[in-house]
Amino acid sequence: MRDLVIIGGGPAGMSAAIAAYENGITDVLILERDENLGGILQQCIHNGFGLHKFGEELTGPEYAWRYEEKVRALGIECKLNTMVLDVSNDKVITATNAQDGIFQIQAKAVILAMGCRERSKGALNIAGSRPAGIYSAGTAQKFVNMKGYLPGKNVVILGSGDIGLIMARRMTLEGAKVHAVCELMPYSGGLARNIEQCLNDFNIPLKLSHTIVKIHGKDRVEGVTIAKVDERRKPIAESEEYIPCDTILFSVGLIPENELSKSAKVDLSAITNGAVVDQDRQTSVEGIFSCGNVLHVHDLVDYVSEEAEIAGKAAVEYINGNKDKNILIPIKTDGKVRYTVPQTITKEKDVAVYFRVSDIYKNVKVNVSDGNEVLFSKKRVKVAPGEMESVTLKKEVFAKAKELYFSLEEM
Amino acid sequence: MERKLTCIICPLGCELTVQTEGKNVVDVKGNTCPRGKVYAENECTNPQRTITSTVRCSDGGLVSVKTDKPIPKEKMLECMAVINETVAELPISIGDVIVDDVFGSKIVATQNKA
Amino acid sequence: MYDVAIIGAGVVGGLVARTLSKYKLKICILESQNDVAMGATKANSAIVHGGFDAKEGSLKALLNVRGCKMMESVCNELGVSYKNNGSLVVGFNDEDRAVLNELLNRGITNGVERLQILEKEELRELEPNLSDDVVCALYAPTAGIVCPYTLAISAVGNAMDNGAELKCNFEVISIAETDNGYKLSSADESVDARFVVNCAGIYSDKVARMIGDDSFDVHPRRGEYILLDKECGDTVSCTIFRTPSKMGKGILVTPTVHGNLLLGPTSVDIEDKSDKDTTQEGFDSILRNTHETVSAVPLQKTITSFCGLRSVGSTGDFIINSPKKGFINAAGIESPGLTASPAIAEYIEDMLKDSGLEMISDPDYNPIRKSYHAFSEASDEQKNEMIKENPSYGKIICRCEGVTEGEILDAIRRNPKPRDLDGVKRRTRAQMGRCQGGFCGPYITELLAKELNIPYEDVTKFGGKSVVNIGKTKGGQA
Repeated sequence: MRDLVIIGGGPAGMSAAIAAYENGITDVLILERDENLGGILQQCIHNGFGLHKFGEELTGPEYAWRYEEKVRALGIECKLNTMVLDVSNDKVITATNAQDGIFQIQAKAVILAMGCRERSKGALNIAGSRPAGIYSAGTAQKFVNMKGYLPGKNVVILGSGDIGLIMARRMTLEGAKVHAVCELMPYSGGLARNIEQCLNDFNIPLKLSHTIVKIHGKDRVEGVTIAKVDERRKPIAESEEYIPCDTILFSVGLIPENELSKSAKVDLSAITNGAVVDQDRQTSVEGIFSCGNVLHVHDLVDYVSEEAEIAGKAAVEYINGNKDKNILIPIKTDGKVRYTVPQTITKEKDVAVYFRVSDIYKNVKVNVSDGNEVLFSKKRVKVAPGEMESVTLKKEVFAKAKELYFSLEEM
Repeated sequence: MERKLTCIICPLGCELTVQTEGKNVVDVKGNTCPRGKVYAENECTNPQRTITSTVRCSDGGLVSVKTDKPIPKEKMLECMAVINETVAELPISIGDVIVDDVFGSKIVATQNKA
Repeated sequence: MYDVAIIGAGVVGGLVARTLSKYKLKICILESQNDVAMGATKANSAIVHGGFDAKEGSLKALLNVRGCKMMESVCNELGVSYKNNGSLVVGFNDEDRAVLNELLNRGITNGVERLQILEKEELRELEPNLSDDVVCALYAPTAGIVCPYTLAISAVGNAMDNGAELKCNFEVISIAETDNGYKLSSADESVDARFVVNCAGIYSDKVARMIGDDSFDVHPRRGEYILLDKECGDTVSCTIFRTPSKMGKGILVTPTVHGNLLLGPTSVDIEDKSDKDTTQEGFDSILRNTHETVSAVPLQKTITSFCGLRSVGSTGDFIINSPKKGFINAAGIESPGLTASPAIAEYIEDMLKDSGLEMISDPDYNPIRKSYHAFSEASDEQKNEMIKENPSYGKIICRCEGVTEGEILDAIRRNPKPRDLDGVKRRTRAQMGRCQGGFCGPYITELLAKELNIPYEDVTKFGGKSVVNIGKTKGGQA
C-alpha cells in the first residue's frame, strides 16, 4: 500500500509530487514511462517557459530540471521506463518495466498526469498517397532535437498550433525550407509571439483558411495540393495550388491521453476529452485526481505546474481524511464559453475557474450567474480559443448558488 | 512613421503600435508592461533574438543549448553555423558554456549530459 | 535450380509456398517489393466470407466455401488472429429481401452451412446498433474476420522455416523457357525453376504475358477504407454488408480481429495499377453509406484511411490454370480471394502434382508457428517469466497497442525479416494504434538501424526511396 502514486513524471506529475511531499505526504511514487523525468519538455528545447512561474525565460529542459532537482532533493521515489497498464476503480495500479516485470500497487490516492498526444494525420481523411515524409510536428521535433536527424528539406505544415510554429523555425534553422503553414481556421491556434518569431522572422507564409486537400508522392512525399476553404471549412476547388515538398508536418491539435482514466472508470468530458473534476482536481472517482494536459490541454507549462500543485495538495487532504464535500455546484457554459475546469465546485472556498472560448470575440463581458442574476462579471478586450482564460471567484460569490453559469456577453 | 509589432517577450503577445521619427522611437502603445516598450524600442532599432538549438557531443549524441542573451536578429543563421560546427565535450551540466562568444553572447547548455 | 518458383508473396503466394513446403522441394518466392504482403493482401476488408456470393459452380464458389472451412485451423497453426464473428447482409425493403433469398438459395447450393434470414426483432437482439431502417438480413454464422497481412507473413515465414527461400526486391521482368523449366529474371539476377506459380496479383496478367499467355487481363479496382480506434470495435459484432449491387458488396462495417472498426471499401475501376491514392469522393461515399446500415458509428474516432486495389480478372472468375507445362496462373484473385487462399493453395498443390511435380513428404515439416502476439496473449505469470529471462519484454515501446521492445526485436529477427517501419508495423502492430507511430516511430527506427546494422537515416518506411529522415541535422555533420 502506497499513500500516493502519480502516473506520469512530466511537469504535472513532478509538480504534484513536490506539492504533496511539502504538504506532509512523503510516501509518494512517480511512475514514468520514459527514461527521464520531464515528459515532453525534454524535446521542447526552445525558450518561453517559466516566465509566470519563475519570472525568467527558460527552455523546456531547464524548466523540467527545476522540478527534477527538487524531486531528487526531496528523495521522492521514481520508477522510470515504467508503463502503467491499468488503474482500477479502487486504485490498484498495474504497471510493467524491465526490472520488476508486471506488478501491482494499491494506492490510497492516485494522481493522473499522463499528458496528451498529438492528433495524427490519419484522423483527418486527407486524400492522396501515403508516402514517407509525413509526421506530426512533435515526432519531427523528436527526430531533430533528440535524435539529431532531419526529416526533410522542403516542408509544408498543416495546422498553426504552437508545436507546428516552433518546428517551422527549428527546421529552418537546421537548413530546411518551410514553404507554408496552412491553417484551416481563419485564425491561428498558436501564440501571437510564435507567429512573429517563428514565421515572420523567416518570411514563412501563414495561410489562414487553407488546408491540404491531396498528398502526392509514391515513396517520399513529392508535393501537396492546398486549397482555400469557405466559411463551412470546405475546400474551394478553384483555389487549389500545388506546392512541391518532401515533408509534411501536422500540428492539428492535442488530445489528452485518458486511456487509464477510462480504465479507472473516471467520468470524462466530451469537450475537454479529460476528466470531469472539482476545484481540487478530484475526478468522479474518490481519491483519483487529474491534472496537467491529461485533464485539459494548456497553453503554458506554468499553468500545468500550478494546476498540479492544487491536485497534489488536495490528494494530501484526501489521504489525511478530509473527504468532506459540503456542497455540489455544477458549472455550466453557454457554448461561447466552451468549457470550464473545474466543472464542479464541492467546497466552500475561493476558486479559480479556467475556461476556453469557442471563437474569437472582441469587447466582451465574461458573466458568471446562478441562472437568475449575474454574480460576477469581467471585461475582456479580446478572447480567443487558443488562449486559456480564468476568473477567480470568492466563496461569498457562489455561497447560495445551486449552479453556476458561464457566458459571454458582447458589448 | 507608424509601425505595428507583436511583442514576443511573453505569451500575452501584445499588439504594439510604435511611432518612429527617423531612427528614434517616440511612442509605444498597446503594451501591458514596461518590457513591451523596451521590446518595441529594440525591435525598431536593433532587433534581437535568442537562439535555441542543439550541439553535437563528443559521444555523437546531442545536448540542447541556447544563447545566454539575445543576438542581433540578422545574425541568426551565422550563429547556427557556429553551433553546427561545435562539438561539446562530456560531461555537461546546465549552464555550462559551450561557445564563449557568438555575436556578444555565450552558447550555454540547457541540459545535463553525463 | 529450384523445383518451384512462386512469383508474388501475397496471401496466395505465401500459402502456396507454405503448402508446398511440407514436401522435399526447393522453393523460392520472388517478391518485387521490400517486404511480403504488400499488394491487395495488406489493404482489403479482412473478411472470411461465408460463400453465398459467388455464382454456383464457379471456382470462386468452390474455393470460397472450402477456404472458409479451412481458415480457422490454418490461422491456429500459423498463429494468426482469426475470429468467427458471423456476417449479416442487411436489407431495407422487399426488393432487398428478394435478393437476400436469392443469396440464401445460392449459398445453400454452394454448400454454405447454417445460413438463415433474420427478421428485425432478432436482428435488434444480435446487433443493437443496426439502423432502424433495416428490416431483414441474411445471417452467415460461418463467416469470420482474419488479419490478412499476418496470414501472408506467417505463411511465408512458416514456408521459410521449412526451407523455402524468399527474395525481396526481385521484380520479375522476363521469363525464358529452358530445357527443364523457366528462367526468371529481374534487372539484377535470375533464378531457374522447373515449375512456376504466378501469384503476382494485380500484375499477374503482365507476368503471364512474359510466357506468351494473353488470354486474360487483370484490372485494378480501387477500394478505400476508413479505420476507427480500438474503442469502437464493439459497435457491431458481426460483419455488416449492405444488400449487394453490380459493383460489389457495398460499404461494409466490421470489427477487425484487433478490435478496431473498419468501414469500406469503395469500388471504382481505375487504370493505373500503382495508384493507391485515397480520394475525397471515396471518403464522402464511405461516410454517407455507413450510416445507412449502422447508426452511431463514431466517425470522429478515425485513426487512418487507406486504399487497396482489387485484382479484377477479365473472366469474372478466379483464373487458375496452366497455360504452359509447368507454369500455373493464380490470377484475378479478387474477393473472396482472402477467404479462398488456403483452398487455392491446396488446389494449386493438386495441379502441380497432376503436372508431374513429384511430392515427397518432408518428415521435418512443422506446420506450427508462434504468433507475433505470443507475449501479449500470455498470462501475467507467463509474462513475468519471460521478462525475467529477457527484460526487453518489460519495456513498452508502442503505447497505443502495448507492444514491447522484446516483441519488436523478435519480429525483426524472425522470418520473413522486416526491413522497414511498415514491416515492423504489420508484424507487431507497433505504430498501428491511435497515434499512428507518432511516439514509437523514432524508437523503432533506432531498433531497425541497430538490428539491420545500417545508419539511422537509411531506415525506410517501406523500402525504395521511402527514407524516414533525409540526413543528420547540423548541416549533415556527424
